[in-house]
Amino acid sequence: MEAAHHVAENATKLQDIAWMVLFFPLICSLGTWFLTRKDRNLTAGFNIFGVVLSFILSFTLFAAYGGQSVECTPFHWLPIEGLDFRIGMHLDGITNLMLLVVTGVGSLVMIYSYSYMHEDKSFSRFFSTLSLFVFSMLGIVLADNLLMMFIFWELVGVSSYLLIGFWFQRPAAGDAAKKAFLCNRIGDFGFILGILLVWSAAGSLNFSELATKFHDNPALLGRFASLAGVLVFMGAMGKSAQFPLHVWLPDAMEGPTPVSALIHAATMVAAGVYMLCRVHFLLALPAAWPHALSFLSWFSAADIVAWIGGFTSLLAALMAVQQNDIKRILAYSTLSQLGYMVMAAGLGAPSGNPSAAMYHLVTHAFFKALLFLGAGSVIHACHHEQDIWKMGGLRFKLPVTFWTFVIGTAALAGVPSFSGFYSKDDILVTALEHNPVLFGVAVLVAALTTFYMFRLVIVTFFGKSRSEEAGHAHESPAPMRWVLIILAVPSWGLAWLPVGSFLTRQFVPGYHAHAGDILFGPFNHNPIAAIFGFGAVIFGFSAAVSCYWNAKTDPLPAKLGVWSRAMRNRFYFDEIYEAIFVPLHDLVSRIAGWFDEWIISGLGVRGISGTVEIAGRALRVVQTGSLQTYTLLFAVGIVFVAWLVIK
Amino acid sequence: MTVGLNHYLVVSALLFCLGLFGVLARRNLLVIYMSLELMLNAANLALVAFSRFNNNLNGQVMVFFVITVAAAEVAVGLALIVALYRKRQTAHIEDLTSLKF
Repeated sequence: MEAAHHVAENATKLQDIAWMVLFFPLICSLGTWFLTRKDRNLTAGFNIFGVVLSFILSFTLFAAYGGQSVECTPFHWLPIEGLDFRIGMHLDGITNLMLLVVTGVGSLVMIYSYSYMHEDKSFSRFFSTLSLFVFSMLGIVLADNLLMMFIFWELVGVSSYLLIGFWFQRPAAGDAAKKAFLCNRIGDFGFILGILLVWSAAGSLNFSELATKFHDNPALLGRFASLAGVLVFMGAMGKSAQFPLHVWLPDAMEGPTPVSALIHAATMVAAGVYMLCRVHFLLALPAAWPHALSFLSWFSAADIVAWIGGFTSLLAALMAVQQNDIKRILAYSTLSQLGYMVMAAGLGAPSGNPSAAMYHLVTHAFFKALLFLGAGSVIHACHHEQDIWKMGGLRFKLPVTFWTFVIGTAALAGVPSFSGFYSKDDILVTALEHNPVLFGVAVLVAALTTFYMFRLVIVTFFGKSRSEEAGHAHESPAPMRWVLIILAVPSWGLAWLPVGSFLTRQFVPGYHAHAGDILFGPFNHNPIAAIFGFGAVIFGFSAAVSCYWNAKTDPLPAKLGVWSRAMRNRFYFDEIYEAIFVPLHDLVSRIAGWFDEWIISGLGVRGISGTVEIAGRALRVVQTGSLQTYTLLFAVGIVFVAWLVIK
Repeated sequence: MTVGLNHYLVVSALLFCLGLFGVLARRNLLVIYMSLELMLNAANLALVAFSRFNNNLNGQVMVFFVITVAAAEVAVGLALIVALYRKRQTAHIEDLTSLKF
């Protein structure tokens, strides 16, 4: 009895190390500014130490709780009538796994950055901001309510802004940072409206309370059910760069490559998907729209999420096919994979099981971080050349980079036995069960993904070197190589661990994987999806080999003509936005400017001051300064008063 | 014809108006000052008349106070005028406009 009590007490204390997981990176970020700024090695060591410590503690949490759901001691921040807003943390399987992903990839990226950024003047600023980002991202993962999530949501936005614009001396970087921030603003505006809508109906923002409330009473939001879902999804649309707000992500590649790997591939952009999985009960509500939007009544929020995700993934995959910048190809592939996850979240939400999205998020985090860091290694070796047609023949010069990059590519393409195959198969199964059209889109995207990724590999690493820089390339320093090797392990082998069934258990309690589910599971479990997925890989791979093996220039523009130009120019989205929104914005600014100048400033401010001044001038005439005039007026006044009294 | 209260009051009012006119119309500070004294004495006359016809001494006591205060005021006022004259060599109010904007 005594011992059991003791254990229980210990157990309640243990989960509070989540607070330490959260705050170590913040301490590092601030400490860098105040203490270690001057010394590069000290700064790097301090920040890497902080994030690695967070990783170890996350691992402890995972080992202690696994899929168990526990609450940490909350901090009551704003207890007001009807809303006890607290900074609280909720640990469950998804959170624990995400903690591992964020701190794990975060530590590796930091170690990599130590070499990659070594020559940079603002080395300390880089590390400090990166730690700030890790802190904010952990806040999103740990948040147990929507408002806290929103706060950290904005914080990752800020750190992303700071890191995209890290080389702010370059106008392109500054512009890209602003673009990212503005696109996110639009999404976040919808997000906060959605949060308010949910709060007004449910009176709570806590995830588990909301889940119970919506489970007990699906009609809680009345006619606003789907609108709330779509508004909350707008947050994900901005952060996870879904159509129509997808335009910022490719430009965000102006930031340093480690930043692209950590923020714009592995973690931050996946926050939208994570958030959708957190509020999947909201998307699962049946379609219900206010009268003004009743033309949408065929679609529920989950349908809209799924279709936008599918559309984005197809659009981005097509754009990726004709890009020539190594980082841009990866950026579009990230867009496409994010679309995949969002689609999976939308498809899985109605049945309460968006685990396919989470699974792909986790595997994608590793292999996409690997690919970006590999690309960074290539860029580093080629003296900041990013055009793949100016590379070539790098496989002997950069053997470690080459092999790890191939592993990442195989995982992203979904070659069986690599992690990406299993998570992608989960998505294909979900799509096949719920929506055959989106299943077709998903298979097409899988084929395109394989095609453009192997195009990238073949053009970059095979053939002969096509430029001076590529000819003199050298393998990157040891920390970078080791990070690539370490990341290659989970990229390949994550599928051999029961991550998928672990995640499914989070949404469907009591779920058990079928026997033999690890390596050949997909072929037993749902052969149609697996065979289509595998067929897409083979098709894409053979197409890429036949087009690009030993090619000196890209043969596709000649074959596709206008289409190729459209793909290369991102289907002119930036131009269209520029043609529509920039004049619109100018018009609104002009009107606002006119209103400000003539109504507020003219009529309001200058009007009031003018009236007072004219009145003053008029009254000044009375003040003659002549004593005798005053006396006369005084006398007249007295006579007048006397007359009034006597009368 | 007996001299009644009204006669005194009329004389007092005339004196007062005379004083007021002097204050308003004259330009010399000294004359304005004398006119002011005239107005004070018009008031004194009215007070004494009231005292006499109402059979109590309140009015006369008041007059003593007025005379005392007027004496003090004359001392201060004349001193100011003399000081001003020494400074500006003039006692005409048209010339004393430095406080006008």
